[in-house]
Amino acid sequence: MSAWETIIGLEVHVQLDTATKLFCRCAYEYGGQPNTQTCPVCLALPGALPVLNREALRLGIRTALAVGADVATHTKFDRKNYFYPDLPKGYQISQFDEPFCSGGAITIEFKDGSTKRIGITRIHLEEDAGKSTHRDTGGSVVDLNRCGVPLLEIVSEPDMRSPEEAYRYLTALKLTLRYIGVSDCDMEKGSLRCDANVSVRPRGQEAFGTKVEIKNLNSFRNVQRALEFEVARHTAALEHGSEEIVQQTRLFDATTGETRPMRSKEQAHDYRYFPEPDVPPVTIAGDEVEAIGATLPELPRAKVDRLATAHGLPRYDGWVLAEEPSVADYFEEAVAADAANDPKAVSNWVTNEVKRVLNEGTHTIDAFPIPSGALSGLIAMQRDGAVSATQAKEVFQGMLETGDDAPTVAKARGLEQLSDTDALETAVRAAIDACPKAVADVRAGKEKAKGAIVGHVMKQTRGKANPGVVQQLIDRVLAE
Amino acid sequence: MSSVDALHRESAVDLARACAAGERSARSIADAFLARAASVEPGLDAFLELDAARVRAQADAIDARRDRGETLGPLAGVPVAIKDLIAERDAPLTCGSRILENYVSPYDAHVIERLRAADAVLFGRTNLDEFAMGSTTETSAFKVTKNPWDPARFPGGSSGGSAVAVAARMAPLALGTETGGSIRQPASLCGVYGLKTTYGRVSRYGAAAYASSLDQIGPFATSAADLALLLGVIAGRDTRDSTSADEPVPDYAASLGQGVEGLRIGVPREFFGDGVDPEVRATVERAIETLRGLGAETRDVSLPHTEYGIPVYYLVATSEASSNLARYDGVHYTTRADAPDLEHLYTRSRGDGFGLEVKKRIMLGTFALSAGYYDAYYKKAQQVRTLIRRDFDAAFADVDVLVGPVAPAPAAPLGAVVDDALAMYMMDVLTVTANLAGICALSCPAGFTEGRLPIGVQLLAPPFAEPTLLRTAAAFEAATDYSREEPIA
Repeated sequence: MSAWETIIGLEVHVQLDTATKLFCRCAYEYGGQPNTQTCPVCLALPGALPVLNREALRLGIRTALAVGADVATHTKFDRKNYFYPDLPKGYQISQFDEPFCSGGAITIEFKDGSTKRIGITRIHLEEDAGKSTHRDTGGSVVDLNRCGVPLLEIVSEPDMRSPEEAYRYLTALKLTLRYIGVSDCDMEKGSLRCDANVSVRPRGQEAFGTKVEIKNLNSFRNVQRALEFEVARHTAALEHGSEEIVQQTRLFDATTGETRPMRSKEQAHDYRYFPEPDVPPVTIAGDEVEAIGATLPELPRAKVDRLATAHGLPRYDGWVLAEEPSVADYFEEAVAADAANDPKAVSNWVTNEVKRVLNEGTHTIDAFPIPSGALSGLIAMQRDGAVSATQAKEVFQGMLETGDDAPTVAKARGLEQLSDTDALETAVRAAIDACPKAVADVRAGKEKAKGAIVGHVMKQTRGKANPGVVQQLIDRVLAE
Repeated sequence: MSSVDALHRESAVDLARACAAGERSARSIADAFLARAASVEPGLDAFLELDAARVRAQADAIDARRDRGETLGPLAGVPVAIKDLIAERDAPLTCGSRILENYVSPYDAHVIERLRAADAVLFGRTNLDEFAMGSTTETSAFKVTKNPWDPARFPGGSSGGSAVAVAARMAPLALGTETGGSIRQPASLCGVYGLKTTYGRVSRYGAAAYASSLDQIGPFATSAADLALLLGVIAGRDTRDSTSADEPVPDYAASLGQGVEGLRIGVPREFFGDGVDPEVRATVERAIETLRGLGAETRDVSLPHTEYGIPVYYLVATSEASSNLARYDGVHYTTRADAPDLEHLYTRSRGDGFGLEVKKRIMLGTFALSAGYYDAYYKKAQQVRTLIRRDFDAAFADVDVLVGPVAPAPAAPLGAVVDDALAMYMMDVLTVTANLAGICALSCPAGFTEGRLPIGVQLLAPPFAEPTLLRTAAAFEAATDYSREEPIA
């Protein structure tokens, strides 16, 4: 065990999937023409006033409930004041000392099935800023489309002890948020952003080491990489005094895999928070919270627990299926369609073949050409020996292309497996006659030599023979 | 019917009725007031912009609608001058500041929409203290507005242009805004009626913010009836202003004839301190006598935290202002200074664009909100604000309306206070507490100094008790003739 202990906390910003912005009624779509999704309010024209989009708060409450946080009965908004060209009001409407919820946790799970609870300090609502682009030719341009889009800021406790835990926390958080439908969490579109706080201290010491904040993290992998770089830097500093670690904000450079300090001038902020006088404090009624809670779907861990216990699946399979709730639903429908199928066999089909097709991107699970019942039919054919494993994959491809069920495709493509004993016996006898050396070897106890005889049968039947039946026939004929 | 020459003396109530009835065209009314303005405006400088073509086009459109047989709204053909802090689509919106010198609003404020829907004629943009920060209209970056009763004196502020426009009968009605007395004080100094509405009574949507928790839009008029007419048009819930109240809008005109018989009037002793000019005090005392003579009961009350009004106001207002004015940054739509980098773009644009008083208040507010000072200043001020509100709650438990002076002194010569911050701030001592408490208050002409400068009396009532104010003012108006006097201009 290392002599050093790493402490990591994460601040995640998630863009909420509301129809309109947080304080005005502009719609926002990623990728629109710059400055076309704006109005007097989000442009901060003189006289314009913010009006809270209650739907954003409802999505926030939904998130709070999904992570087991306490929803406040009373919350308010505050102004965070700073000058920047992408912030036309000169302040951001955020929440300072009375966020709408506090507490809660995300449980992360490791490969060995062990778990760890990562606490959540608070979640608050705030508006996004616009986007500044600095041109290589000099000068900057500002797009205010994103300005005012609702964000949740989710602040974790400093509970993570390794970059890997941070990665798992982000993955688990994102999965939960996608389950409850509050955000698409697409980092490429900026709808999920993450800042990391990290420090290193001698193991056993209570006081935290000097903390560094890392920004400009554009993927979960890069969060992990940046943290790994920082942990190494801090550890080297502590072990060898290679440098002094100072409290600062650093930017991650994905190309080099390194972090570098932001200019100190950009860090010295007094945000002069004060209560937003244009947005009255908000009361959250208990029955509103209850009503939102009643619409929460089964959450990822509960789903995996259920998949494991109800269907006897390994947790790994459960997690792969649960990555998309509708894929898990598809799996469960397929299992339900034929009780004689082994759920693990169904899981293998879904996690391998179905997910492979989905990952190619041309099909979605909701409009998948092979209905869950049809997949179940294919698995039953394989189970009953009507098709071999190899044939089953061909049938699957055919079903994907035609939308027909498994027997239809198998028949149309001549992919039925020969399991008829009488028909196969002729082929087996012919193979035994054609392979005297292999027969001699088998008789001498070399079981492996049987493969040559099976191969001969397969060749004769153009692969259609059921290998299990062929094996049995070889044993029987040789024993005569 | 009076002659066209005297048309500018008619009340808004009469003008609207005559226009709606087809007895007068909106165009003839507009022309009469444009002619009046052409004659007296050069000596008064009440307007930052008065575009005769835009005025006539609106009037003609109203006439055309009436000619088509449409029923006109409650302000049919009535010119309403607009403080240049309230956004009017396609009109300049300078807020009296260089930083918005070239800005044209692309949208209408809520009150402007209401005025258009009521068939009013938007009648120019009136001068004001820069961003409403001032009490004399002298901090305007563009011109100095003169008091029509004595052009060597200031008209009060910050809505001085609107007060003068109405006092000099260049418009029968005007809109102003209040943050700490910016309607009542110039109304008092110019001898017209001015109403600071209950916080939430009128939507602030489209009024450039000075201090969001204090700002309110309100009317100027030459009679209680005209005041009621305009108030009825602009009051009411607007979903675009979250602080706009979901309170029914009463028939304000119906309250005008109710008299003051049995009305309980409180006289707050703190409003008659040493700082109050003897002529002002005597005028207000005479007004109280008049109301008593009309059947009102009077009693002494106390608003013990009045003395903290000025410090609390200047902390709350400047703190909010420091944030509200951050949007005028030289980046988006405000005047941009040449600068080598971003930091200088901000400092130069704002340094060149804002006047001294505005910069002073931004700095004061920035300081009050700064880390380490917030608790001692902003937070403490909000706590004392609560005490001031409770003073009024306690007083209104026993009385229906409070009476006192508006401004401690009548209009002073131009330049007398604008460079003396404390002297200027103290002019608001009797008005700011109503804004801090969010109640409604009105200034009503109550007499003149020996030198013929108007003096107003202030009436204050609980939230949404505007009918009580109007009823009291109407009874007082009927018993006196101060509001019928006209300035020398």
